[in-house]
Amino acid sequence: MKIAVCIKRVPVMEVKFVIAADGTRVEESGLKYDVNDFDLWAIEAGLQLREKNGNTGEVVVISLGPDTAQEQIRKALAMGADRGVLLKTDAMPTDGFAVAQALAAELRDGGYDVVLFGRIAIDSMNQMTGPMVAELLDLPCVTNVCKLEVANGAGRAERQLEGANEVVEFPLPALLTIDDGLNKERLPSLKGIMAAKKKPLDVKPAQLGAAHVTVRKMELPPERAAGRILGDSAAAVPELVRLLQTEAKVL
Amino acid sequence: MANVLVFAEVRGGELRKVAFEAVTAARSLAELSGGGQVHAVLAGGAGIGGKAELLARYGADSVLVLEHDGFAQYNPEALAATLVQHLQGATYAYALFSATAQGRDLSPRVAAKMGVGLAADLTGLAVDGNAVVGQHFTMNGKVIATLAITGAPAIVSVRPAAFQPAENARPLAAAAITSVVDPLASRVKVVALKQGGGDKIDLNDAPVIIAGGRGLKSPANFQLCEDLADAFGNAAVGATRAVTDEGWRPHSDQIGQTGRNVSPTLYVAVGISGAIQHLAGMRTSKTIVAINKDKDAPIFKIADYGIVGDVMEVMPAFTAAVKQARSQG
Ligand SMILES: Cc1cc2nc3c(=O)[nH]c(=O)nc-3n(C[C@H](O)[C@H](O)[C@H](O)COP(=O)(O)OP(=O)(O)OC[C@H]3O[C@@H](n4cnc5c(N)ncnc54)[C@H](O)[C@@H]3O)c2cc1C
Ligand SMILES: Nc1ncnc2c1ncn2[C@@H]1O[C@H](COP(=O)(O)O)[C@@H](O)[C@H]1O
Repeated sequence: MKIAVCIKRVPVMEVKFVIAADGTRVEESGLKYDVNDFDLWAIEAGLQLREKNGNTGEVVVISLGPDTAQEQIRKALAMGADRGVLLKTDAMPTDGFAVAQALAAELRDGGYDVVLFGRIAIDSMNQMTGPMVAELLDLPCVTNVCKLEVANGAGRAERQLEGANEVVEFPLPALLTIDDGLNKERLPSLKGIMAAKKKPLDVKPAQLGAAHVTVRKMELPPERAAGRILGDSAAAVPELVRLLQTEAKVL
Repeated sequence: MANVLVFAEVRGGELRKVAFEAVTAARSLAELSGGGQVHAVLAGGAGIGGKAELLARYGADSVLVLEHDGFAQYNPEALAATLVQHLQGATYAYALFSATAQGRDLSPRVAAKMGVGLAADLTGLAVDGNAVVGQHFTMNGKVIATLAITGAPAIVSVRPAAFQPAENARPLAAAAITSVVDPLASRVKVVALKQGGGDKIDLNDAPVIIAGGRGLKSPANFQLCEDLADAFGNAAVGATRAVTDEGWRPHSDQIGQTGRNVSPTLYVAVGISGAIQHLAGMRTSKTIVAINKDKDAPIFKIADYGIVGDVMEVMPAFTAAVKQARSQG
């Protein structure tokens, strides 16, 4: 089985972001980076699909980003993927469609049985790249996958909706976007980390599409006013209820 | 003056609240552009056309009814193809979707088929020349980006609950449309819909959310949250990932970065530490109450009101007091 996984390098979010002087970007200095959470689950899904289907074929990891995104590709290789492709650009577009076109160009002639994406990148919060690529490649597409079985050239999945799941059947080849709840990603082993250093990683320029979406401004959401601790036991409940009625007016 | 095509979301044969929010948002986009028409697409199985009147009530000048057994379940391939045909055949400046699991599946397909961009999950909308300008949360909800999108049409999706449905009735004008492809021939088929929660109010529709964390110690103790929700009457119960990972509550109840995004009027965090991934899904709630025995728990940094105490002691008292307040009010 030939599997592609698209992964994005994203900032680690446990920081206080600073807006850059031009007001349209976050300041990058001081940020740490990792693989987008959902993409870790997509890598894990790809590795499990290969393992459950005779352990033949390959898992190819594709990332569009700066040269430093090689670190994230190496992490995927250390988890067990076979080779990597970096579509290099120093200017990551805000427009998901511009990114989708570059990823589709790389995937088009790859002969993949399954193409895996994360549901959403936690930095862009676009949640659009997977289904856009599926359209560009005319592939059957199932988004928000939280349960998955693939056998004999077809698959059955559950899509996670708000408060419900949809059960979906699809033929291969197909493109899936992976949601939380499908699996827990494996940690790279020491042996995996050593092996990853020798695995092939191609670097080529990204063929980005034109951008229709641009950022006019970035800002931090207003800070919430400091709250009040009303007490240290059930004795504080009457005061809480009073405030909910008179001040917050929600009761 | 510009016309808007809006997709009205249906699940299990019923229009969802987000559909009325989307029509309301489409109406305001039409007005902002100098007063255009709003056309709503309503797709479903036999009998769905009967719901068209509801869309007219929220401001749809015309309702395009796509009624066929092949649309009884969500059918993205046939829907995307049909929407694209309509967008190409008429002069729509904008297409608008709900930023739900369904809308965020469908809208990128339509955008890619048309070769245009998409501005997703907007919480505000404005028109500036030939661009639509809107606010979009990025960086895990920690940064707000103002995006500008151009394109013919400009395609946007709007965040649930960001636009409150407003009645703005139009005379009902419904027109039947047909699918451009055989809707029964789609490669991807939805074979079942597993509805969670029965007739319970959905997290995205609930004005009050009682969310429980690991501090509740066992699935049985979630009864404390259920009881408080019942006392409020208009509340839904949510959970943290620690809880859904343990299997104490279904995954669909999870609130946060990798779960649901909610923005209720009142959010009560019960035995929740307030990890950044949890805050990402609830920090825009209007009023936040936290009950936690650890005074240094990060949840207190964003809570409006906090009680440092044991949930086992505080929750029954809180429930009783809410019941009493409601019976007097
Ligand atoms: C990639 C990734 C994605 C994630 N996505 C999400 C997400 O979407 N949503 C989410 O919620 N989390 C998410 N998490 C997990 C998150 O980091 C936290 O682990 C989780 O939110 C903690 O849940 P909790 O607050 O219930 O548990 P804990 O952090 O264990 O907190 C329990 C709290 O209960 C308090 N407590 C204990 N006993 C009592 C008592 N008797 N009375 C009162 N208080 C008590 C404790 O003081 C503590 O503060 C994610 C993590 C990762 C790595
Ligand atoms: N620059 C990128 N390189 C590789 N994959 C990406 C990139 N951007 C987005 N993706 C994929 O598309 C998914 C959704 O991203 P987004 O549409 O930006 O929320 C991610 O989880 C990745 O799988």
